[in-house]
Amino acid sequence: MAKSRSKIRLGKVLLWAACLSPLFRLGWRAYQSELTANPIEFITHFTGDWTIRLIVATLAVSPLRRLLNRPNLIRYRRPVGLFAFFYGCLHFLTYVWLDKFFVLSDMIKDVAKRPFITAGFTAFVCMIPLAVTSTSGWIRRLGGKRWANLHRLIYLTAVAGVIHYYWLVKSDHRLPLMYGGLVAVEFAYRLVASVRRKVAAPAPRKVLTEA
Amino acid sequence: MLIRKAGDIPYSEVTPKSVYLNRRAFLAGAPVALLGARSASAGTKLPNLAKSPLSTTGEKITPYDSVTTYNNFYEFGTQKEQPAQLAKNFKTAPWSVSVEGDVAKPRKFSMDEIMHLAPLEERVYRHRCVEAWSIVVPWIGYSLSKIIEQAGGPTPKAKYVAFESYYDPRQMPEAKYAGIQLPYVEGLRLDEAMHPLALLCVGMYGETLPNQDGAPVRMVLPWKYGFKSIKSIVKIRLVESQPPATWNIYASNEYGFYSNVNPHVDHPRWSQAKERRLGELFKRDTLMFNGYGDQVAKLYAGMDLKKYY
Repeated sequence: MAKSRSKIRLGKVLLWAACLSPLFRLGWRAYQSELTANPIEFITHFTGDWTIRLIVATLAVSPLRRLLNRPNLIRYRRPVGLFAFFYGCLHFLTYVWLDKFFVLSDMIKDVAKRPFITAGFTAFVCMIPLAVTSTSGWIRRLGGKRWANLHRLIYLTAVAGVIHYYWLVKSDHRLPLMYGGLVAVEFAYRLVASVRRKVAAPAPRKVLTEA
Repeated sequence: MLIRKAGDIPYSEVTPKSVYLNRRAFLAGAPVALLGARSASAGTKLPNLAKSPLSTTGEKITPYDSVTTYNNFYEFGTQKEQPAQLAKNFKTAPWSVSVEGDVAKPRKFSMDEIMHLAPLEERVYRHRCVEAWSIVVPWIGYSLSKIIEQAGGPTPKAKYVAFESYYDPRQMPEAKYAGIQLPYVEGLRLDEAMHPLALLCVGMYGETLPNQDGAPVRMVLPWKYGFKSIKSIVKIRLVESQPPATWNIYASNEYGFYSNVNPHVDHPRWSQAKERRLGELFKRDTLMFNGYGDQVAKLYAGMDLKKYY
C-alpha cells in the first residue's frame, strides 16, 4: 500500500528530526558558549538524559502500538532504540574522553570501585549486542525467538540505567524516580499482557519477534 | 445624574507637622537612609578593602559569571543554574545574626554591625566542592573569631561552634525537593572556628554577596569541602558537644563531620584525587587540605584522617 508506506516514510523523517534535535541543540549551545560554567559536566548530563529518555521511549513502543491499536508503530522501535544507543555512545565517549582523557587505569578503577559507574557501564555494554543485531539480516540469522530473547537485554539496560542515575544524584531523587516509575509501568504492562496471553491461549505457541 | 466630586487631599498625604518643621534635617538624612538600604542589598560595591596576608597568591581568579551561575544552594533548587534565578527576590534585609550559647556576652548583630565590626579584607581562596570541581574566589570579610570575640569570646565550656542558615519555605519553594533536612546546619570544632583562615564572608569580587552565593553573610572554610561553608547564616551558637551537620545527617558514610579536602580519602561514589577547576579542560590533582596544610594541618595532628573524614 503506497499510501501507508509514504506515511511511514514521513513518520521516519519526523522521528529522525526529533531524535537528532537534541544533538543540534547541544551543538548550538556550544557554538553560543552556553554550556554553563562546567561544560563537560553539562555535556555528560545532557547526553545521559537523552539516553535514558530514548530507552524509556523504546520500551514504550510495543505497549503503545497495542493500546492505540496501531501495529505500524513497530517500525519506529528500531530507530528509537538505535538513537538511544547513539546518545549512549556520546555519553560514554564524553566520560572516556572529556572526563578521563583515555586514562585506562583510572577508568578501570572507576568501573570496579564506583557502583554508579558500574551500573552505567553495564547499561551501555548491554546495548551493544542489541545495536549490532538490530538489522533484518541478524533477525533472520538468529531466528525470531532467539533474537527476541537476546533483545530482552534492553530490560537490564533500563534497570541499570535508572540505578546509574539514582546513585549519581546527591539528594534530589525526583528525576531518577520518575524514569524508574516509567520503566516500572512499561514492565508491568508486559507482565500483565503476557499473563493474559497465557490465560487466553495456554498451549505453547510461536513467539512473535516482539519483546 | 450624580457626579461624585473627588475629595480633597486625603489625610494620609498631609505632611506631619514635625517633618514640616524639621524639613532641612529630613533632607539631610535622606542620603544616609538610602545608603543604609543599599548596603544591605546584593551587588553593592565595598570600598576600602584591605588586602589580606592570608590571601592565596599565584592563582587565576575564576570568572565572576561562573561563580554566580553555577551554585549549590539547595534551598533554591538542586540544579546548578537554579539558585541564580530562584534566589533573585530573596529578602536579605533586615538581617541579623545571633551569636549565642557558650559565649560571655551572647547577643544579636544587625547586618550593619557585621559590616563594620572589623576591617573588611579581601581574601583570595581556593574553593573545592565535594563534587570534584573547584573555583578561586576573592572573598570579602574577616576572621570568624572577630565576631565571637565581640560576643565576649568563648566560655570555658565551649568546644564546638554550630551554625544555622535562614530557612523560609515561602521564599524557597524548591527547598522541599532538596532531599536534605532544612534549615541547613553546620559545625566546626572551636579551634577550627577560631583559626584565622575561617572567614566570615559578606562579599566577593569587590561587592556584597549575590543572593545565590549565600547573601548576606556566609562562612568560607578553604581547607574543607564547599558544603561546610554554610550560607545565609542567622545563628552562630557555641556549644559543648559536636553539633549536627546537614550532609552528615543525610549520609554520614559519604560526608564526615570534618570533611577536610583530602585526595587520599575518596567519596564512596567518586574519587577525590582530582578536580576540575571551572574554566579548565584537564583535571588537576587535588591538594591535601586544598593546599592550606601549612596553616591548618596542625589542627589535626595525631588524628586518623581516614577515620575522621
